[in-house]
Amino acid sequence: MRLFKRKNPKPPVRRGPSGRVARDLVTPEGVALTIQLADIGERAGALMLDLFFMAVAMVAMTIGIIVFGGVIRSPFAAMVGAILLMFLLRSFYFTLFEIRWQGQTPGKRIMHLLVINRSGGRLTTDAILARNLMREVEIFLPLSLLGLAGAAGGSAGWTVLSAIVWVGILVLLPFFNRDKLRAGDLIAGTIVVHKPKALLVADLAGAEARGVEPRAAQPRYHFTQAQLDVYGIYELQTLESLLRRGKLGGSENLVVVAERIARKIKWTGNEFRTDSFNFLNDYYVALRSRLEGQMLMGRRRESKHDAA
Amino acid sequence: MAGTLRSVQFRREREAGWRRLEELVGRAEKKGLKALSADELFELPQLYRGSLSGLSVARSISLDANVVEYMESLCARAYFVIYAGRQAATKPIQTFFLHRLPSVIRRAWLEIAVAALITLLGTVAGYSLTMQNSNWFYTFVSSQMAQGRSPEASTEDLKAVIDGSKKTTTTPLEIFAVALFAHNAQIGMFAFALGFAFGIPTVWLLFVNGTTLGAFLGLYASRGLGLELGGWLLIHGSTELFAVILCGGAGLAIARSFVFPSLMGRLESLAESGQRAATIVIGAVMMFLVAGLLEGFARQLVSDTTTRYAIACGMLVLWLGYFTLIGRGASNAPVQAQES
Repeated sequence: MRLFKRKNPKPPVRRGPSGRVARDLVTPEGVALTIQLADIGERAGALMLDLFFMAVAMVAMTIGIIVFGGVIRSPFAAMVGAILLMFLLRSFYFTLFEIRWQGQTPGKRIMHLLVINRSGGRLTTDAILARNLMREVEIFLPLSLLGLAGAAGGSAGWTVLSAIVWVGILVLLPFFNRDKLRAGDLIAGTIVVHKPKALLVADLAGAEARGVEPRAAQPRYHFTQAQLDVYGIYELQTLESLLRRGKLGGSENLVVVAERIARKIKWTGNEFRTDSFNFLNDYYVALRSRLEGQMLMGRRRESKHDAA
Repeated sequence: MAGTLRSVQFRREREAGWRRLEELVGRAEKKGLKALSADELFELPQLYRGSLSGLSVARSISLDANVVEYMESLCARAYFVIYAGRQAATKPIQTFFLHRLPSVIRRAWLEIAVAALITLLGTVAGYSLTMQNSNWFYTFVSSQMAQGRSPEASTEDLKAVIDGSKKTTTTPLEIFAVALFAHNAQIGMFAFALGFAFGIPTVWLLFVNGTTLGAFLGLYASRGLGLELGGWLLIHGSTELFAVILCGGAGLAIARSFVFPSLMGRLESLAESGQRAATIVIGAVMMFLVAGLLEGFARQLVSDTTTRYAIACGMLVLWLGYFTLIGRGASNAPVQAQES
């Protein structure tokens, strides 16, 4: 990615299963992993949570310091502690958590976000420091500017206004680049990703899926090659998600789809109307077997529009 | 027929390994790698590599969308646990102070020199203008900062501030010192972060900082108190100004790598210099802490000008010696490893 000149035309934005922007990250083993970038909304949510936790911590500290100052009868020592703690909290809350929690803060953990090194290597302490020191101008400067804008009128107004415009550009930076990098990510070489969590469910083509003995898993319906050449991978995987949802209930859809497929492949017979799940499942297994066989021979039929 | 599907067979053979990896990764995610036993730590990368090759196979032979999605997510999670975690260094604090910090500062010597030059220019400008016409003082120093030390004040009053016979503030020393530290450290971080705006605000901040200093010097010099003020300011100022200049240099280093990127390209070069600049800022924050202590305690306790100059020069020599001499030679290997 380049900021100023782009030699090659922009490739289209890829999206993962959850609608997040996907990006390839090549591991040291040389395998390209698909990483889901965090949404700007998710990151804003994590930031709000963290700021909330900081505010709570500040209130708790203030109370603690007042009580402590009363106990040791030295309000000055308590003041020293308060100023130091506030400074540490403001400047190093994010840094310390990201160092201790491997790239996560409490807010990020709740939102399932994670900071990683953009080029696939390790996340260094320096990178964590750099990305969080930048928050001085990204968060705390806008906050103090808001206060300043309220206090100052007239002469100072223009200075404040131009500062607000500049800070606005800085804050909106994640909207203007493909990797949704904020200024801190830019100077630290980091990227914020969504931590995936997909579950492995039973294979529809395996015997377990139907809850029967392997011997009984023989298909009831058999299809000809011409009947299998009607569809491609896209339709196969749509059918897969439909069957997975169908197992949880809601069989009306299955009947409709079974009827449509039967019409399309010119199926003769009527039993699929009452037995639509098994009919579709058998068709799924047969189609997958056919398409996977083709794949082994080096042909991927992406959808029904590709030549069989 | 269903049982003979290759992708089904493949999954049946590999699934136990995936489940085991998922369990280990899940535990490491919750409680960190410490939650795993030595045997499990040994097992983890093997399972990860197995799953990674499994992912490649699954992509090429399986059309089960759930399996491919699960493998993608499992491998990514394992990758995060194994590689993306923070780099654990042996003796991190020792390495930081004895190698990393001084060597990083040496690498940015040009930017730091430019930052020092800008501060000097500001000081000269503030000084000469105030010497010519004392009304310039009000332009450079806000009344809040002057605290009564303005051209209107009598020479005796001005003198009283610096020899400690008149307290500028009624707050106790400790609070004064800590508040100064927090304030200055934040200004330093600002100078760094503003480097992102092509360094222009950083240059401005350094120059203004210089003019304020120059205006005070000019005011006191016009009353024949220049030497005494020098001692009063420099006892902590040699450390504090140095730290401000380091932060400014860090900001300029960011701007430089952005405007004139190295062969790596703009983003990579920005990322690399940003990490180095952040290291400098952390070093500077510690210098601000020292400066705050000197300003809060030493200055109020030591009122003799000669002793003040001795402390100021001593600190300057100490910092210069630390940044130029420590961690040479042997430092190269660990620094390179950290930056890669």
